[in-house]
Amino acid sequence: MYQIIKQIIKTGIKSEVPPPPDEALRVSPARLQQQILDIFGGALAIRFVDAGSCNGCELEIHAVNNPYYNLEGLGIKFVASPRHADMLLVTGPVSRHMAEALKRTYEATPDPKLVVAIGDCACTGGIFAADDSQAGESYASCGKVSNLIPVDVAVAGCPPTPTAIMQGILTALSTQK
Amino acid sequence: MKTLHPDLHLSLIETAIPAWQGEISAGDLQLICHKVRAGGGRLVALWGRDLRAANTAKPKSDELPASEQAGFMLHVLLLNESGLLCLNLPLNADLPRYPDISRIFPAADRMQRAVYDLLGLRADPAQDQRNWLRHAAWPVDCFPLRKDFACNPRLPLSDIPLSNTLPQAGEKTIDHSSAESGSQTHDDYPFVQVEGQGVHEIAVGPVHAGIIEPGHFRFSVVGEKVLRLEERLGYTHKGIEKRFESMSLQQGAKLAGRVSGDSTVAYAWAYAMAAESIAKLTPPDTALWMRALFLERERIANHLGDLGYLGNDVAFSFGFAQFWILKEQLLRNNAALFDHRYLMDVIIPGGVSAGINEAGKQCLLAECVMLEREVHGLFSLYEEHAGVQDRFVGTGVVMPKLAAQLGLCGLAGRASSQGWDTRVQFACAPYGMLDVKMAMQQNGDVAARVAVRFDEIFESLRLQRDIMTNLLGGDELAYPLTQLPANGFGIGMVEGWRGEVMVALHTDATGKFERVHPHDPAWQNWPVLEHAIIGNIVPDFPLINKSFNLSYAGHDL
Repeated sequence: MYQIIKQIIKTGIKSEVPPPPDEALRVSPARLQQQILDIFGGALAIRFVDAGSCNGCELEIHAVNNPYYNLEGLGIKFVASPRHADMLLVTGPVSRHMAEALKRTYEATPDPKLVVAIGDCACTGGIFAADDSQAGESYASCGKVSNLIPVDVAVAGCPPTPTAIMQGILTALSTQK
Repeated sequence: MKTLHPDLHLSLIETAIPAWQGEISAGDLQLICHKVRAGGGRLVALWGRDLRAANTAKPKSDELPASEQAGFMLHVLLLNESGLLCLNLPLNADLPRYPDISRIFPAADRMQRAVYDLLGLRADPAQDQRNWLRHAAWPVDCFPLRKDFACNPRLPLSDIPLSNTLPQAGEKTIDHSSAESGSQTHDDYPFVQVEGQGVHEIAVGPVHAGIIEPGHFRFSVVGEKVLRLEERLGYTHKGIEKRFESMSLQQGAKLAGRVSGDSTVAYAWAYAMAAESIAKLTPPDTALWMRALFLERERIANHLGDLGYLGNDVAFSFGFAQFWILKEQLLRNNAALFDHRYLMDVIIPGGVSAGINEAGKQCLLAECVMLEREVHGLFSLYEEHAGVQDRFVGTGVVMPKLAAQLGLCGLAGRASSQGWDTRVQFACAPYGMLDVKMAMQQNGDVAARVAVRFDEIFESLRLQRDIMTNLLGGDELAYPLTQLPANGFGIGMVEGWRGEVMVALHTDATGKFERVHPHDPAWQNWPVLEHAIIGNIVPDFPLINKSFNLSYAGHDL
């Protein structure tokens, strides 16, 4: 126990200042009123859905929970069920095999809810989209997340950095100026 | 390679690791597989190709070898102590069937089912003929990897078959087939049911409770104890193999780096190795050293992350915080020196796109010192923590004998005495000069897989130092490679952090991709996880699962 406490003290606090919201990331006009966002802002619960990603974006979503980014320190945490969630964080092009699960997860999330699409593939269908596809689809992929469910904020990047992911989440939580 | 069969004439595949290929007839497939298996060999990968269009263009003649007349070709890639052996089996265009090898190599079972789902080649008579990678995205009689795949691949989104694709626990199969189009089949996957007093099912996924990739697990339990686990994968299937076929060599390199994001270096290297094997090109020395540096950094990053999560999964969140601080520092150094935190796109066909200067070397050497000190400290804390050890030791055991039977490979294999490491046995440049020490454990439990990760971090740090000493800073990072020769076949295999990652490339008569097959070690290891959980309690599943940390994306393609 002594060694553990010593290590904790030696490590100190690594958390850095969170990024400010960036309105450029918003894809649809703010759907929620300030009052609701004020309530969310204090304690937001996120349900994460991998709808077919390569697992690259997941690595960075893990990283937002590390001591440097410390998302939980802002009162924002990941929960195990969409029924407990205020926000869905969705990665990947939506594979056809995950389309149904994504829709069901969205429906299971109580209103009012927010959706943030994470990564190039979630924004456009990415590298997995067939060459002639407009909406990022292929025989196995439904393309971008907004093809299936409404998206509030989209964060590009392959994968986006933890800072960019936090910025996306915080943008969804802020009101349009 | 020793003579395995009088009719098997082997030719060398010129690639960075020892590899041979030879054509066989259907009747000899099982015999040769038996022989390789008896000699301690393993199955690496299984894939097929559609040659119907290419071969009908050729004039018919009895003089032509079977491969020039075949409708399809099946490739069975085996590995023994001499190297890789690729068996090429020509198949009939009208009745593409081949002998089942899943009784010899159990890992073949799901690969054979996937080959049927994607290409329509059937193993006969296989015990299990259920669909594997196909759920409901395309009809049962359509095969996406066939060249004439045209049964409108793009269903309108509103027509996506709903409500039948998700498995329901304990639900008997109900026929919901829609009348309007016979092509839209749904996925009523028949899970094996365990019956008996007090047995019930727990259905988990495809959307999992944590930040994990999607897949479905069906547990049959009595109380807390797991009697049986059945996995259902394929949820992240996004048509990667088909996608490759319309790509250039450069675009393909990017896609290869996104087959499984946590193994981007391993895939990009295996892909480049296969391409260079077809082009008969050896990249500059500096590039090879840089590749090894990237691969070891990928290994360290993933092992650090896993060790943190393994602490987290036994309620030791201190471990998560500590290891993820270390991982973050390594990722930031990657971003500062090579412009990408996970090193995506730094390996290109012909070489690498990022080098290192003297200041960069000093930075990494300082990082080595820091990581060695910190990881040693955390190793002692994990070792001496009674609560952590209580959860790790004896949990999720895979005995060496079972591991050998099922073909467990990579990191998990080495934790169960399966002594395979591509960097050791088939050391391609520059590993031949590094003398990698293989990490091995024999208990096959979570503790053993943790121990292998610690050992491999220390060894990778040592390798990183040696690589830096040998990196003399030649200017050239890559030789130009933009186009591949026609009708080529190349194989690349690299020991990624999870296990051996293989990429096979075939080019057509114009030098474009005719077929690309990436293979993840998760194919071999997912079925073994079903055994590792037997007799354990449900709450230990996340821990056992994490100790394997298998890829969904790399498997589902």
